[in-house]
This record gives sequence, C-alpha cells and structure tokens, in this order.
Amino acid sequence: MITKRIIPCLDVKDGRVVKGVNFLGLNDVSDPVELASYYSRAGADELVFYDITASAEGRRLFTDILTRTASTIFIPLTVGGGINTLDDFDRVLKCGADKVSVNSGAIRNPKLIDEAAKRYGSQCVVLSADVKRVNGEYRVFAKGGREDTGMEALGWIAQGVDRGAGEIVLNSIDTDGVKQGFDLEMLDAVCELVDVPVIASGGAGCMEDFVTLFRSIPKVDAGLAASIFHFGEVSIAELKTMLAKNGINVRRETHV
Amino acid sequence: MIAIVDYGVGNLFSLKSSFAMIGAEAKVSADAAEIAGADKIILPGVGAFEDAARKLRNSGLADAVVGAARAGTPLLGICLGMQLLFEKSFEFGEHEGLGLLRGKVVPMRGVIPDDLKVPQIGWNALHIRAKHPLLKNTREGNHVYFVHSYYAADCDDSLLATTEYGAELTAAVAKDNVMGCQFHPEKSGEVGLDILRAFCEL
Repeated sequence: MITKRIIPCLDVKDGRVVKGVNFLGLNDVSDPVELASYYSRAGADELVFYDITASAEGRRLFTDILTRTASTIFIPLTVGGGINTLDDFDRVLKCGADKVSVNSGAIRNPKLIDEAAKRYGSQCVVLSADVKRVNGEYRVFAKGGREDTGMEALGWIAQGVDRGAGEIVLNSIDTDGVKQGFDLEMLDAVCELVDVPVIASGGAGCMEDFVTLFRSIPKVDAGLAASIFHFGEVSIAELKTMLAKNGINVRRETHV
Repeated sequence: MIAIVDYGVGNLFSLKSSFAMIGAEAKVSADAAEIAGADKIILPGVGAFEDAARKLRNSGLADAVVGAARAGTPLLGICLGMQLLFEKSFEFGEHEGLGLLRGKVVPMRGVIPDDLKVPQIGWNALHIRAKHPLLKNTREGNHVYFVHSYYAADCDDSLLATTEYGAELTAAVAKDNVMGCQFHPEKSGEVGLDILRAFCEL
C-alpha cells in the first residue's frame, strides 16, 4: 500500500538554507545541496525547496542550487517561492524540479493554476495555502502569511483543485512555529473537501505529532516540517521507525 | 550509448542525471538514426497517452524505437513510456500503442476502492512476480515512486512486478528485450538507480 510521506522543507535565501543549525556529520548545514543529500540518505520521501530570495542574484543562485541538487538526489523535488508565471514554472522544471508549488502567485492570478496544469499536468502543480482562523472562518493569507486576503480558505482550495492543482500543502498559521502538533481540525476539513493528496504543514514539534497526525486523519498523505529536522530535534530515520511501530505504513529504505 | 528518446513529452533532466550518476553514457536524442543505432533505448513519457503516441509517431521516432526493439535492442519504457509499449490504451477513448507487448492500458478508477485517490502519487512497495535481470538488484518490498492514473492489464506474459493500491497493479514488465516500469526509477532513490544499473548491465 502507498506509504505516508515525510517531507523536509528547505527555505533557501541567497543560496543558503535558512534555519540551518548544527547537524551531526555535516560540514556545512547551510549548504542546501549537502543538507538535501543528507535528508535523502536518511530516508526523506521528497524534498521541498522554498526560494525566499527577492534579488535577481539570489534567484540565479537558487536555480544553480536546484540544478546541483537534482543532479545528485533522485527523489521527488518540489519547488516553491516566487512562482508567478508559466516562465517561473519553466525555469525551475528545467533545473530538475518535479513539482512546482504556487501560493501568492495563484492568489493574484488563479488562472496560473489552469495554465500550468494544462501545460505540465496536474501532477506537477501543487497549491500551497497559508491558512489562519479569522472571526470563526478559515482565511487564506498571502505573502508568506503576512497578508489577509479576505478569501475563505476551503472555497479557495476547492477552486484550486477544480482548476487543476494535483496536490495541496496546507500550512496552518495558527499552529506554525508553536510546536504543539499539526492543526488536525483544519486538516480534517480540507481532507474531507478534496480528493487530491494533502500535505500537512505547520506545528510539528516532536515525532509523536506525526503519529497523531496519521492516526487521527488517515486521509492525510504526508507531513512536512522544517526546523525540527534542521535542528536535529527529529531524525527522519527514527521518525520512520516510530511510525512503523505504530502501524503506519512508511518507506524505510535508508542509506546513511 | 543509451538513447533517451526525446519526443517532446516530459522533463528529461532527472533521467539524464541519473544515468550520469551511475556512470552510464546516456544521450537525449530526437534523431531516428541515432536512436536506431543506440546500444539501449529509454522511452520516457508523462501526460496523456493519445498526445504522447501522436507525438512519437509524428516525430518519426516510433518506427526507430519499434525497429530497434524488434532487432533486439534493450528498450525500457518509463511511466507513460511503459504504457506506450502495449497494444492499446483506454485513456479518454481507445488509442493504439506501439504493440511491442501484449496487453492494454486501463483506468485504475473502477478497479480500486472509491476512497483511494487517483492518481496514485507516492512511494509504494514492489511485489516481484517473475525473475528478470532488470530486477536483479531489487528485493521484494522495495519502495519506488509512482505517479499514475492508468495501469497495464492483461499482460500476464510480461508481468514482472506489481504494487498493491486497493488492487494489484502492474508495476514492471518485461518480455525478452522489451521492458517497462510504471514507476519512476529516476525518482526512486537508490532502489531506482539499482534498476537503471541493472538495465545498463544487460
């Protein structure tokens, strides 16, 4: 049966991983290629590279890093950040990305989802949504979670899937950074709504949070996290061992 | 030299890189003569069957691939490239494939339980059904990466491996020198690279 995926997310700025701290056996934790390789060997099922660069020079560095990563690591790579046009899709796909995640770019221009799905296929288009509770409803936020769009989130996500998004990354701003576990209530609402894979993001603080996630919401396909992996608080290999012990089907090939 | 057939379908970056990684000489090619003369051929593909089959024929490369395969050149179809090896597909209508393998490509929806998502996206285990050099490095239960909504059926004479997704779906096939993987070996970590290594050593 298909396995639950564990996905580390690397925020890259000016060619370096943001939040990268001490790591056993790694010379340069801020080197995205080295960190990505480490995660791949440890059993990560997929990697997300998020470009948080604003400058043209930073963008050039990012595509260079992406190319080097995709030349040496052979698991699926998703790229997000600054994806506003089909040219942006083209740019990162040519560097070896398998999927491209859209967020603010799709909020500004929802047709981007239709056009990208038509050109590259739905399997290539990931809709990433930053969602926060406002006045009792789920609200979509743009610009890295800083700007309330006023849009109701479940409607936006359903629209994204109708337009051709093949996967949803649901990042709960309410639980993000709190490290008290994933936003199960919000995830459940989205999983009941769509029939494409849903990736949970925001809130993981320990291995048990992933066990709770997959047990409480069997429809969730994957758990994504950044700092807990980068800080070494959670090792992917140990996490998978724990998930397997708890009856959750995971891929356990590692090459550390 | 391994020719990776370039007929305008899909992203060949990872395939090319994966052969470089294992030290094999591979070249992305849209040249019929070059493909016909290659030691081995990779037929990639993502997207819709009808569109891909048309592009492969219109580019003149279908004849080169079929001719080389009939002459004994090892051929590996990947994902949609594997599906194209069969006689026909029932993806949005009925379409002719290359007919190198017996069988047909059909939707998994209707065969698998309704609560399972289509496409199947993610890592799933291989169940090995027959011995073949392509899987000489592969063990029962090894995980590989799938992205597909259709699968090959009625292909008992070439079935090598299946994967369980609410039903046993065809994962790998081979009949003599004609081989195929429904999954992406170039995205399946070391397990996938081992399959490409085995192909290179044929």
